[in-house]
Amino acid sequence: MKEKVVIGMSGGVDSSVAAYLLKEQGYDVIGITMEVIPRNLEFEEREGGCCSLSAVNDATRVAAKLDIPYYVLNFKEVFESKVINYFIDEYLAGKTPNPCIACNKFIKFDEFLKRAELLGAKYIATGHYAIIEKDEKTGRFLLKRSKDDKKDQTYVLYNMTQYQLEHTLMPLGGFTKDKVREIAREIGLSVANKKDSEEICFIPDNDYARFIKERRPNDIKAGYFVDVEGNRLGKHKGIVHYTIGQRKGLGLSLGKPVYVIDIIPEKNLVVVGDEKDIFKDTLYAEDVNFIPFEKLEGEMKVTAKIRYSAKEADAIIKPYGNGVLVKFETPQRAITKGQSVVFYDGDIVVGGGIIK
Amino acid sequence: MEKRFVYMDHAATTYTKPEVLEAMMPYFTEQFGNASSIYNFGRRSKAAIEEAREKVAKALNALPDEIYFTGGGSEADNWAIKGVAFANRNKGNHIITTKIEHHAVLHTCEYLEKQGFEVTYLDVDEYGLINLEDLKNAITDKTILITIMFANNEIGTIQPIAEIGKIARERGIYFHTDAVQAVGNVEIDVKEMNIDMLSLAGHKFYGPKGVGALYIRKGVKIDNLIHGGGQERKRRAGTENLPGIVGLARAIELATSNIEEHNRKIKSMRDRLLKGIMDKIPYTKLNGHPEKRLPGNINVSFQFIEGESLLLLLDHYGICASTGSACSSGSLDPSHVLMAIGLPHEIAHGSLRLSLGDLNKEEDVDYVLEVLPQIVQRLRDMSPLYESFIKEGGK
Repeated sequence: MKEKVVIGMSGGVDSSVAAYLLKEQGYDVIGITMEVIPRNLEFEEREGGCCSLSAVNDATRVAAKLDIPYYVLNFKEVFESKVINYFIDEYLAGKTPNPCIACNKFIKFDEFLKRAELLGAKYIATGHYAIIEKDEKTGRFLLKRSKDDKKDQTYVLYNMTQYQLEHTLMPLGGFTKDKVREIAREIGLSVANKKDSEEICFIPDNDYARFIKERRPNDIKAGYFVDVEGNRLGKHKGIVHYTIGQRKGLGLSLGKPVYVIDIIPEKNLVVVGDEKDIFKDTLYAEDVNFIPFEKLEGEMKVTAKIRYSAKEADAIIKPYGNGVLVKFETPQRAITKGQSVVFYDGDIVVGGGIIK
Repeated sequence: MEKRFVYMDHAATTYTKPEVLEAMMPYFTEQFGNASSIYNFGRRSKAAIEEAREKVAKALNALPDEIYFTGGGSEADNWAIKGVAFANRNKGNHIITTKIEHHAVLHTCEYLEKQGFEVTYLDVDEYGLINLEDLKNAITDKTILITIMFANNEIGTIQPIAEIGKIARERGIYFHTDAVQAVGNVEIDVKEMNIDMLSLAGHKFYGPKGVGALYIRKGVKIDNLIHGGGQERKRRAGTENLPGIVGLARAIELATSNIEEHNRKIKSMRDRLLKGIMDKIPYTKLNGHPEKRLPGNINVSFQFIEGESLLLLLDHYGICASTGSACSSGSLDPSHVLMAIGLPHEIAHGSLRLSLGDLNKEEDVDYVLEVLPQIVQRLRDMSPLYESFIKEGGK
């Protein structure tokens, strides 16, 4: 009997082509769109963003074209508690969270996988650009960078457990984005030229501060910008408006460019300083997950990146307290609390954690 | 066991009966003239519409002039509520409805709240029935409209429509009822029941989709919803959906000609299915009223499981069912109706609506009774809630 696989479909070109490839490979494919956007936000049309109602229409057409069963399932409540509220709480605590990482950890590779198993599926599949491989020597599943370096999405996948890796297929890992678009055109998918979604799906206009303000109007309070000595330099609009390394939009005129170098939520202060102050060579991360091995036993030489768009840099990681200490060879710009640091050994994802 | 296709979602929509389709066919390709045209070819289309109007009127004990064709049930609801609200603004701004209405009514009322109207949403009891004393108490000198559904689409509960009509008429308040689920299942007499406006939709009684009607009692002060040409005696603009209207009329004629016999047949299948479910599946609760309910409706909650997965597995076995009202994308929120009858969130999530109708045979009942208990058990076996419940001794 064919293996059953449930693929998460966003209506975009990646998951559509992934579904097609799986079907070609002989799987019994079921398409599912996870509905995650809270009802009160649904009325805004969100062109290109995933998870919207128009995304459902796109995915419906793709599934019909591929002749696979397709459903829309409700994940709104768990998404609200595990992703949206987490996102807001982190911002209010002066951090800069990555909601996609939270979504992958708590929704896609947890709730969604469980739901797929209820339906009798052995695997879930996604349109991520990453490669899952079994290391025959150790018996462990590995996560590796995709062929298309520009599109590689391993950064947001570092939390995957062995069980999740074993039960997940990522058929696009071996393709470039151009090739994926080409396949989409060849098989006549109307979504072939749809633009990539880059914004956060539940904040399509990218205005995080507005979003947080709407949901927690009483939690955003104006406060003061201070320098490293604690001298007040001006008023800020509330700490959720700022992130480490930010220069624009501070509304300060001090005769020289200043940058956000720290946020102190307890005192509602935003600390600004010179650009040199935002370069640091050490960070500490918690909530750490490792993939090629269960636990980091000693020092390890890796390349590490501190945000999705950052360049990887040489670093040494070692166990420390409940997490990992990361020492970079050269100082990194704007190491930001709440973001994830992800470690690589060549093409292999070693693991990662959340910067404290 | 051989897999079969079982359609038990007649409350969502019905198939169009061959007799209905047959009546419609000439109006697509042959008698296609515009009913507003002056020449005889157009006049014949007009005659077909007027004949249809008479049939619909007869089914409701209304006058032909009190029937207006619309683009469906939702449009009829919108028209009745917005039309009366805006036309009677000088008299008052208060509307009374219930918490279990269809979204076509609820969202229209919410819209009107934004326009300055005040809306009372009446509670219902555990069976989904409103309390007539609550209704009387909710009425103020500003109340201009009472809109309460005839029968609920999810749990099938039938409201005391004649009593509501009497209360409204005595106080000079307009009474609208969304009868989309009731037509063809319940005897309706708009005169005897003191109904001022009534919405219906063709595709719920074996007619075509995209066509409905609003009954408006003569004398009701109501604004137009769709502005434009002078169709429907200048009340509802837009070239008439001629085949749709003819189909709707033929369907309502068929559906109301032998309600009793139809109900007896559907109800006996429904009762056997319901009894089988309750006997075979423990920790199951019937939602809605045991007697005052639509003949084909079953709504049950299975503890410890989650409705969406249940529907998908039923689909896998060829059984079409639903949990509540289907939203635009097909995904489900906890039903406002089940919440209103007081079901806890987790129980509301594990609910299933089976709505039987003309497509069903006794073999379908057998098949569902064989498949459903297995699926429920399978989902319970994978449910952490069920596991801890059993560990604690099943209390």
